[in-house]
Amino acid sequence: MTIAPDHKPTFAKMSLGEQLGKAMPVLLIPILVVLGFFAIGAPSSWLTLTVSGLAMGMMIFIMASGLTLVFGLMDVINFGHGAFVSVGAFVGVSVLLALGGWTGTPSLLLNIAAVLLAVVAAMAVTGAMGWGFERVIVKPVYGAHLKQILVTVGGLIVVEQLIHVVWGPDEIFINRPETLKGAITFAGAAMEKYRLLAVAIGLILFIAMRMVLRRTKVGLIVRAGVENGPMVEALGYRLRMVFVGVFIAGSALAGLGGVMWGLYQEVITAGMGERMMVLVFIVAIIGGLGSIEGAFIGALLVGLTQNYVAFLEPKLALVSNIALMTAILMWRPQGMLPVVKAK
Amino acid sequence: MLTKFLSGDQPRSRALTAILLMILICLAGAPLLFDGVRPLDTAARICIFIVLVASYDLLLGYAGIVSFAHTMFFGLGAYGVALASTYMGRGFDALIVGSVAGALAAVVLALMIGLFSLRVRAIFFAMITLAVASAVAVLVSQFSGLTGGEDGLTYKIPRVLTSANRMGEFLGTRISGKILNYYLIFFASLALFLLLLRIVNSPFGRVLQAIRENDFRAEAIGYRVVWYRTAATCLSAATAALAGSLFAIWLRYVGPDTTLSFEIMLDILLMVVIGGMGTMYGAVIGATLFIMAQTYLQNLMGVASEATHNLPLLPHLLEPDRWLMWLGILFILSVYFFPTGIVGRLRERGKA
Amino acid sequence: MSDPILTLDNIYTDIAQYHILQGVNFTVPRGQVTMLLGRNGVGKTTTLKTIMGQWHAKSGAILYEGRDINTLPTATRARAGIGFVPEDMGIFGDLTVEENMILGCTSGPLDPARKDWLLAAFPALATFWKSEAGNLSGGQKQMLSIARALAEDRQLYLIDEPTKGLAPAIVSTMAQALRELKEQGASILLVEQNFSVARALGDRALVMDDGAVVWSGAMAELADSKDLQEQLMGLSMEAH
Repeated sequence: MTIAPDHKPTFAKMSLGEQLGKAMPVLLIPILVVLGFFAIGAPSSWLTLTVSGLAMGMMIFIMASGLTLVFGLMDVINFGHGAFVSVGAFVGVSVLLALGGWTGTPSLLLNIAAVLLAVVAAMAVTGAMGWGFERVIVKPVYGAHLKQILVTVGGLIVVEQLIHVVWGPDEIFINRPETLKGAITFAGAAMEKYRLLAVAIGLILFIAMRMVLRRTKVGLIVRAGVENGPMVEALGYRLRMVFVGVFIAGSALAGLGGVMWGLYQEVITAGMGERMMVLVFIVAIIGGLGSIEGAFIGALLVGLTQNYVAFLEPKLALVSNIALMTAILMWRPQGMLPVVKAK
Repeated sequence: MLTKFLSGDQPRSRALTAILLMILICLAGAPLLFDGVRPLDTAARICIFIVLVASYDLLLGYAGIVSFAHTMFFGLGAYGVALASTYMGRGFDALIVGSVAGALAAVVLALMIGLFSLRVRAIFFAMITLAVASAVAVLVSQFSGLTGGEDGLTYKIPRVLTSANRMGEFLGTRISGKILNYYLIFFASLALFLLLLRIVNSPFGRVLQAIRENDFRAEAIGYRVVWYRTAATCLSAATAALAGSLFAIWLRYVGPDTTLSFEIMLDILLMVVIGGMGTMYGAVIGATLFIMAQTYLQNLMGVASEATHNLPLLPHLLEPDRWLMWLGILFILSVYFFPTGIVGRLRERGKA
Repeated sequence: MSDPILTLDNIYTDIAQYHILQGVNFTVPRGQVTMLLGRNGVGKTTTLKTIMGQWHAKSGAILYEGRDINTLPTATRARAGIGFVPEDMGIFGDLTVEENMILGCTSGPLDPARKDWLLAAFPALATFWKSEAGNLSGGQKQMLSIARALAEDRQLYLIDEPTKGLAPAIVSTMAQALRELKEQGASILLVEQNFSVARALGDRALVMDDGAVVWSGAMAELADSKDLQEQLMGLSMEAH
C-alpha cells in the first residue's frame, strides 16, 4: 500500500443563506400557520381550521404520493390516477354499507374493524387495478409524454364509466361509523374526531414511507432510480420490477385516499377522483415532481391555505391554490424540493 | 384557386376528399336540405366544434402540447359575447365588442400560462392548464352576480338574426333570421378553419412541427422553442375564443356546463384524436362524427340495450348513458394503433 | 492464453440515425488489464455501453463467459458479474456514500474486509461515509464510482476514463487502486486517455478508430513505438 496522497478533503461550509434556503420549504408550514392565526384572529376558529387543513392535506398527500414517485421513477405521468381514488372510495364504501351492523353500533372495536376491512378491500382492488392499468394502458407508451397523457385520460374516462355500470349513475351517501362521528373540544375549539384520525393516519403513512425509502434496500433502489435509472440497472437491479411495485403501491394508496376522502365528505361520486386530481397535481408540482417530502409539504400547504382562505373569503378557496402554486413556481420553477436528475 | 384556399394542404386521399365534400355540402345546404330545428342546430354545432377542435389540433397535433384549458378559452369567448350583450344591450356592436374582448382575454391568459409553464417543462403545461381551467370554472359559477352562476346567462341578439325576422321563401323553404344566423356561423367557421389551415402550412407551422419532433434540436438550430410554443398557445386560444363567441351567438345562452365543463374538454380530446391529430381535416371528421354520435348513437344503444335486456351486465354496458365509455375505449385504441386517426387511415389506404 | 472472458463479434450499434459502432471485434483475456484507446468520438464509450446493454447492438454477438448476452437486459448482465464505472460516474447524489456502496452489492451486505480494503484505497470515502454523495468533489465521486463497482467481487470490470479531469495526486490514488485490483487477478476493460496510466496498467491494448478496432496487441509494443502511436492515434498521446 502506498501512502495516500496528501489530500485533505473538506466540505465548504454552507452559508446561513444557503442553509435557510434548504430549510425554507419545511419552514413554510409554520409560517403559514402563524399567518393564518393573525389573519383569522379568533384562536378557536384558527385551531379548528388548522386541524381540518392538516387533515385535508394528509389525504391529498396520500393520493399524491404514488403519482409523484411514479413520475420520478419512470417519467410517467398518470392522468388516470384519479380513477383509483374513485374506485377505492366506491369499494370501501360498499364494504362499509355491507357492514352496516358494525358501523352503526357505538363500539370502537367493531367500527375500526369495519373501516379496516373497507380499507383493505379498497387497497386490494385499486392495487390490482393499478397492476392492470400499468400493463394495459401505461406500458405501451413509455417515453412518450403526449401519448401517456392521452391514453391515461382515456383510461380515466373508461374507469369512471365502469363505476357507473357497476354502482349505478347516482352518488352514494355514507355515514361515518358511530365512534368517528362528532367532535372533541379543546381550548374552546371543536375538532372533528375523524379529521384528527385522518391527520394521524397521514402522519403515520408519511413516516412509514420515509422509513421504507431511507432504511430499506428497495427504498434505496427507488430513490436512486428516481435520480438515475440507467445506473441502477447497470448495478444489477431490474428497475421495471421496482417500478411496477411502486405503481401498484401508489394505486393502492390512491384507493386508501379515496376511502378516507369519501368518509370525510360523506358522499362519493364517480367524478370525485377526477376533481381531486386538480389538487393532486398542484401538490405534485409545487413539491417538485418525484419528491415524497415535497409532496408532503405541498399537500399540507394546499390543505391549510384552502381552509384558511375558505374561512376568510369563501369564493377564493380554489383560486387560492392556484395563487399558491404561482407563487411557489416563481420562487422555485421546479418545485420546492426538485429531484436532481442525472444529466 | 382551390389549392390556394386550402393553403396547398390537400386532403390527399380520394375517399377523404369525398367525405369532406359531402360534409361541406351538407353544412352549406343544411337549412335547405333538412327540415326542422334540430338538424339545423346540429349543423351549427358541427361548424363551431370543427373550429374549436381544429384550434385544439394546432396545439396538440402540430405543436405537441397537451392543454386542458381549451374549454376555458372557448368559454371566455362565449361569456364575452354574453356579457357584452347583457350589459350593452342587443346589437351587433355588442357581438363584436364581446368577441374581440373574449379573444383578447384568451390571448392574455394563454400568454401568461404559456410563459409560466412552458418555460419550465412542457409536461407542466398539461397539469397547470387543468388546475387553472378548473379554477376559472369555479370562479364563473361563484361570481353569479356577474355571470349568472350555474344558471348562466340568457340574452338577446340582434333581431335580424332571430326567427322573428322573416325574409320570404326560397325553394320552398321559409327564410328567417335564424337561417341568416346559421350562415353567419357557417361562413365565420369556414373562414376560421381556412385561416388555421394557412397557419399550420406556413413556415411558422413547420417550425412547430419540427419542435414537436425534436425540441432539443430545434432549439439547437436556433428557434426559440418557448416562444413558438407560447405563440401557438395564444393563436389556438384566440381561435377557440372566437368559436365560443359563435356558439354564444347561436345559442343565445351561455352557462358553465355548455362552455366550461371538463366533459366538453374530454369531448374535444376525443374528437381530435379519433379524427386524426396533426391533420386539421381530422377536426372536421372528428367533430362531425362525434356530434352525430352524440345525437344519434345514443338512440341506437338504447335499442341494443333493450334487445339484450335478458342478459347479465350487457344491457348496462349498452345503456345510452354509457356511450362515452365506448368512445373512451375507441380513443385509447386510436392512440395506440392509429395515432393519425381516421384521416391518417384514409390517406394510407389511398397510397396503398 | 486461456479462453477469453469477453468476446465482441462484429458488433454494430446505432444511436438515433448515426452508425456509431461499425463492426467491432475484440477479445478481453481473463485476469488481465485490456486498454481501450483511441481519439475522442471513435466509439469507446459506446462500446462499453453496448457491452452493458445501455445501447443495443443491432447485430453481432457479445460472448461473455462463452454465452451471448446481447439480448439480455442490463440488470441481468450486471448480475452475471460485470461491474461498470460509466464516464459520468453515475453517482446517486441524494444518497449517502454508504448508501451508494450498499447499492453496489447486489447479493448481500457489504463484506467488512472488502470495505476495509476500499476505504484504505480511498480514504476520502471513509471521511464522508455518512454524507450525501452529491456534495463530494469530482475526484471523490470518481473514487466512489469505482469503489461502488468493486463493492463485491465481479468477474469483469468495465471502467470508462477514471482519471478524466482529475488532479495528478488523485490520478495516482486511482492508478494505485486499479493496480491492486489487477494484482488480485481481476479482468478489466479500461478506457483511458492518460497514456502514462495506460502504459503502467495495461497488459494488452486495443485501438479504435471510426467505430471499429484498428489495432490490437501488447500494451508494451504500443508504448514503445512512437510511430505506431502517431499512426493510430495522432499526436494526442504525446501530450501526456
